[in-house]
Amino acid sequence: MLNIKNLKVGLAEEDKQILNGVDLNIGEGEVHAIMGPNGSGKSTTSYVLAGKDGYNVTAGSAELNGENLLDMDPEERAAAGLFLAFQYPVEIPGVGNMTFLRTAVNAQRKARGEKELTAGEFLKIVREKAKSLKIDAEMLKRPVNVGFSGGEKKRNEILQMAMLEPKMCVLDETDSGLDVDAMKLVAEGVNALRDGKRSFLVITHYQRLLDHIKPDVVHIMANGKIIKTGGPELALEVEQNGYADILAEVA
Amino acid sequence: MTDMIAKDGVEAETVEAVKSLSGKYKYGFSTDVEIEYAPLGLSEDIVRLISEKNDEPEWMLEWRLQAFERWKQMKEPDWAMVDYPKIDFQDIYYYARPKSMSEDKPKSLDEVDPKLLETYEKLGIPLKEQALLAGVEVPDGDRKVAVDAVFDSVSVGTTFQKELKNAGVIFMSISEALKEHPDLVKKYIGSVVPQSDNFYATLNSAVFSDGSFVYIPEGVKCPMELSTYFRINAENTGQFERTLIIAEKGSSVSYLEGCTAPQRDVAQLHAAVVELVIQEDAEIKYSTVQNWYPGDENGKGGIYNFVTKRADCRGDRAKVMWTQVETGSAVTWKYPSCILRGNESQGEFYSIAIANNMQQADTGTKMIHLGKNTKSRIVSKGISAGKAQNTYRGLVSMHPKAENARNYTQCDSLLIGDKCGAHTVPYIEVKNNTARVEHEATTSKVDDDQLFYCRQRGMDEEEAVALVVNGFCKEVLQALPMEFAMEAQALVAISLEGSVG
Ligand SMILES: Nc1ncnc2c1ncn2[C@@H]1O[C@H](COP(=O)(O)OP(=O)(O)OP(=O)(O)O)[C@@H](O)[C@H]1O
Ligand SMILES: [Mg+2]
Repeated sequence: MLNIKNLKVGLAEEDKQILNGVDLNIGEGEVHAIMGPNGSGKSTTSYVLAGKDGYNVTAGSAELNGENLLDMDPEERAAAGLFLAFQYPVEIPGVGNMTFLRTAVNAQRKARGEKELTAGEFLKIVREKAKSLKIDAEMLKRPVNVGFSGGEKKRNEILQMAMLEPKMCVLDETDSGLDVDAMKLVAEGVNALRDGKRSFLVITHYQRLLDHIKPDVVHIMANGKIIKTGGPELALEVEQNGYADILAEVA
Repeated sequence: MTDMIAKDGVEAETVEAVKSLSGKYKYGFSTDVEIEYAPLGLSEDIVRLISEKNDEPEWMLEWRLQAFERWKQMKEPDWAMVDYPKIDFQDIYYYARPKSMSEDKPKSLDEVDPKLLETYEKLGIPLKEQALLAGVEVPDGDRKVAVDAVFDSVSVGTTFQKELKNAGVIFMSISEALKEHPDLVKKYIGSVVPQSDNFYATLNSAVFSDGSFVYIPEGVKCPMELSTYFRINAENTGQFERTLIIAEKGSSVSYLEGCTAPQRDVAQLHAAVVELVIQEDAEIKYSTVQNWYPGDENGKGGIYNFVTKRADCRGDRAKVMWTQVETGSAVTWKYPSCILRGNESQGEFYSIAIANNMQQADTGTKMIHLGKNTKSRIVSKGISAGKAQNTYRGLVSMHPKAENARNYTQCDSLLIGDKCGAHTVPYIEVKNNTARVEHEATTSKVDDDQLFYCRQRGMDEEEAVALVVNGFCKEVLQALPMEFAMEAQALVAISLEGSVG
């Protein structure tokens, strides 16, 4: 599904290297988790995959199902099936959440040559999905993320993901800021989308999310590289001992 | 809930509409009909000729001549933040009409030259008496929009005359009104915007050729939206229309004007005057969707739009609401104003002004508080892109008798790119210490994070900009009548095409 090879990335504006050769292979239907200290390059990896401005790829490659992601515009990557749940979802004043969603869904359908959803079809689907994430009609009407609580923003990301039905979902700290119940909801939302084909890359600091979303593989990132890869037990190790041992091990 | 679907549908469809209209200025075509011009330039003879063409009463001619004499003494104003080549007023045609509208003037729309009707159809303004404007679904089924279509210097026809007449409403071209209701016209014309008001208004007073006249009698709620659609077609021709709306005691009306012009290399002049008279407890909602040809990316051609619009709230509790979406024109100079004379009268001004490429807009409003407890509200959204300059210029004046008057002004500017400019010039005069004026202003750039967020969800860059900008303008778009909100949203998006990337 997602194949990242020796990805090296620096900032466009200043002479600073952030990713120092990331390697990552996620197969169809797999769930991978990335953990790692603050500032290690996890969000940067997700931004570069999604095509955010401001970064220079100096080496390496990133492919989604064999297609070169790095050559595409952000919207082409989205239409190809890449979704990023943002660590900090963006507010868009004046634009109804529902309008935003429908515009996005139809833009992607159009890009893929599919028929656009009518207002009625769309409404039916969105209501159903919103309900399972306990997002009420009021929140759907409000402008995108404006005045949403931290947890509401994260649930809204998952709603967008559910509506867009991507192939490859990258979730950047979707668990931070969630209360216990909300975390369960989000995890259920994610699990409901696991169908053996769709793949996930879950960026998190905490084992507790991985209790609900069981990863197949866990990676540790530090200083812009994946320094260790293992099974779910690796996350438990981090939870108990922090990163010191692992960092020392590879040093 | 239904309310939500409707509004939501509107926005989503905007983006679709924009996609389908991927061209540039889509109203840039011209209609090939035989045109009859008055001789080039301006003189007393031309003023007489226009009056004669319209078969006007003697007093009207006198009034025009008086204005012309005054105009000759006046100087073109230069205080606005706009810069354009000097206009040669002798190199303009002041009157142009399709030949088919001359000798044997058609008696009804059925007899109008099909080419003219086709023009309006192409513009999405069907002159057949349909309940719907092309492509616009009206939620409650049977709301109608009556249209007066002005082509160059003449009105081609007005729809729904009969229904309106039954309700007691007069809606016709001003040239017809001069024949059928001369007393009403005489009583009110120039009573809100005096002949000598300003250079362009005085010019208009001398040479206005047509426009719309609306009279809503006491207690009548106008049964449908009224609209006038201005089309400049002939080359090298100025359009000088005059609109006069009178709302008697306790009456109300919602009126919309739309404007387009063909794409031409040489700039054209448009100098209109709009006068609104609002009596006790009456209400006028006046909306404008202005989409004159803006000129090309290098500033060649386009319409010079110099307009004087004023509402006089004469009676107590009279209410006026100006809403404008200004997306076109090379140069815009326009300040729809409210004279709040009656006690507790209210004025509102909602504006979206978009300037892209080389466009220049200097627009705003004047709120003149004369009466007690008068209230005004100004919401201005200026969007600049390309190398455009966009200025908000507003006056709030609290006169000595304006006890407890209130004004609230909110003035937001949005910049797309770094070669454009936004300017805010508020003038405030307070001569009554119980009056209160509040002013808030913001300037921001289109946020890259917002655009990236939209694009990550699948929208292309232009769709993303359209969505974000429409969000920025939301408050004003909501103030438009439902029928036109969608068109306006599409326009916002279209006029920003090519502003990113
Ligand atoms: N636009 C930028 N300008 C300057 N520094 C940047 C920029 N983007 C990323 N960085 C730096 O790159 C490093 C990696 O940041 P990144 O956000 O990817 O970390 P992270 O692993 O997601 O951390 P966290 O766990 O705190 O979310 C940090 O040192 C950060 O300050
Ligand atoms: Mg991060």
